[in-house]
Amino acid sequence: MTEPTESSIVEMKTEPFVVNMGPQHPSTHGVFRMRVTFDGEVIVDLEPIMGYLHRGVEKLAETRTYTQIIPLTDRLDYLSAMNNNLAHVLAVEKLAGITVPERGQYIRVIFSELQRIASHLVAMGAFLNDCGAFMTPILYMLREREKILDLFEMTCGQRLTYNYMRIGGVSHDLPEEFLPVAKRFVQEMPGFIDQYDRLISENEIFLARTRGVGILPREMAINISASGPMLRASGVKWDLRKADPYLLYDRFEFDVPTGSQGDCFDRYWVRLQELRQSVRILEQALEQVPGGPASARVPHLVRPPVGEVYGHIESPRGELGFYIVSDNSIAPYRLHIRAPDQINLTALKDMIVGWKLADAIAILGSIDICLGQVDR
Amino acid sequence: MTAALRTQEVVQKIKEHLPGAAVEASEGYILVGTESLFQVAEFLKTAPALEFDYLSWLTGVDFIDYIELVYQLVSLKHNHRLLLKARCPGREAPAAPSLVPLWRGADFQEREVYDLLGVSFSGHPNMKRMFLWEGFEGHPLRRDYL
Repeated sequence: MTEPTESSIVEMKTEPFVVNMGPQHPSTHGVFRMRVTFDGEVIVDLEPIMGYLHRGVEKLAETRTYTQIIPLTDRLDYLSAMNNNLAHVLAVEKLAGITVPERGQYIRVIFSELQRIASHLVAMGAFLNDCGAFMTPILYMLREREKILDLFEMTCGQRLTYNYMRIGGVSHDLPEEFLPVAKRFVQEMPGFIDQYDRLISENEIFLARTRGVGILPREMAINISASGPMLRASGVKWDLRKADPYLLYDRFEFDVPTGSQGDCFDRYWVRLQELRQSVRILEQALEQVPGGPASARVPHLVRPPVGEVYGHIESPRGELGFYIVSDNSIAPYRLHIRAPDQINLTALKDMIVGWKLADAIAILGSIDICLGQVDR
Repeated sequence: MTAALRTQEVVQKIKEHLPGAAVEASEGYILVGTESLFQVAEFLKTAPALEFDYLSWLTGVDFIDYIELVYQLVSLKHNHRLLLKARCPGREAPAAPSLVPLWRGADFQEREVYDLLGVSFSGHPNMKRMFLWEGFEGHPLRRDYL
C-alpha cells in the first residue's frame, strides 16, 4: 500500500465549470450578472455582464427639457438621488450661467451630505449582509437612514426619488421645523457611528473576511479610473470636494480619509470615516445657513447657449459627472453621464480571480454598485 | 481647483515631440486626428509636467457628418485637466484606436460607445456590446435612430 502523496493530489484532473451569478441573485445588488468560472471553489475567470436595467436614459434625455431630465436622474443611482439631481443641475447652471443664491447653495450642501450618510449606511449594511452578518447590522443602519429620509420627506414630500434640486435652486425652501430636527440628528449621529464602529470594525469574523481580501493596488486604481471611496481606500487622496470644489465646499473644514492597502476592509473603513466627515460638514452648514431666497428666478424653459459643459460632483459612489452638448434648444443635443460605479467595476475581475466564491460576494459588496446607475 | 491647461501650450509641446501628429488647439479642447490619437494620448500620459495618469471619462457625440469622441484627461498629481477630441468621419464604419493599453478605465466606456454609437475601437481586448445584446440592430444613441 502506498500512501497518497501531495503530487498525486495535484495531478488529479478537475474540470473548470461555469456558474452564472445573477441577474437574479440577492448578493449582486440588483440585476448585475457575473459569469464566473470555477476550478473547485477557486475562481479562475470572471466576466461581468450588465445592461439588464438599461433604459437608455441618455437617449431619453435628448427629447426632454433640462428640467424634465431631473426626474430621470433620480432613477440612476436611486440610493443617492439627491446627488444625481445635483450633478445634473450644476452642469446646466454652469452652461447657462445661472447663479444660485447662497441659501440655496447651503441647502444643497446639507442635502448632499445627508444623502451621502444615507447612501453609505446602505452600502455598509449591504456589505455586511454579503459578509454573512445577515440583517442585524443593516437594520441598525437603516434606523438612522429613516431619520434622514424623514427630513427629506418633510422638505420635498419624497423618500426615495426626490426631484428636489432644480435649475437655479431647489423645489421647496426648508420648512420651519427642518433645522431643529436636522441639528438634533447631527448631534446624535456621532454616537451611532461609534456604535457601528464598536460592533463591526473589530469583529474578528469580519476582519478575517475582509482584511487583505480583494486588494486593489494604488496604481491600478488610478489606471482603471476608479473614484470615490474605492480610489481613496487604495491610498489616493482624491476627493472632488477638495480637488475641484463645487457649491461651498471650500468653506467647510473636513478631512479626506484614505485607506492603506485597498482591501475590502479599507473600503468599509473609508466609508465609515466619511460618515464622520459628513457630520462635520453638516454641523458647520446647519449653523451657517443664511436667510434670503433659496432659488434664483430662471425661465421655465432654460435655453443654454451653444456649447458644451462637464459638471461633476463627488457622489457617494465616486465622481458623478454630466457632459452636456447644447445646440441652444430646450433639450440637450447630447447628454452623457459618467457613472462612477460602472467604471469602478472595471477592476472587478482582477480583484476577484484567485479568491473563493464567498470572497467574490464580499469583494463585489465592497465596491458598492447601484445598477440603476451602472446600466443607465 | 482642477486647472484647465492652456490648449495652445499643450499642442506646442505635442508638436515638438511628435512632429507629424495631426493636432490643433481649440477653445477649451484639443482636436486630434484618429490616426495620431494613440501617440498623442501616450505622450500626454507620460510627458513630465503633463502626466495625465487618469482618464476620467470618454464618450461619443453624433454630429451626423462625423462622430466625435471626447476624452477627459486628468492628472491626479498636478490637479489639472484637458479635454481631448477626435473625429471619426462617416457613419458606415467609424473606427478609432483603443486607449485601453494606456488607461484600462477606457475598457467599459469604449464598449459603451461601440454599443450605442457604433464606433469600433481597434486594439480593444473585448470589443463587444456593453448593455444591449449581440444581434441588436442599430446604435441607439445615433441621431438617426428613431
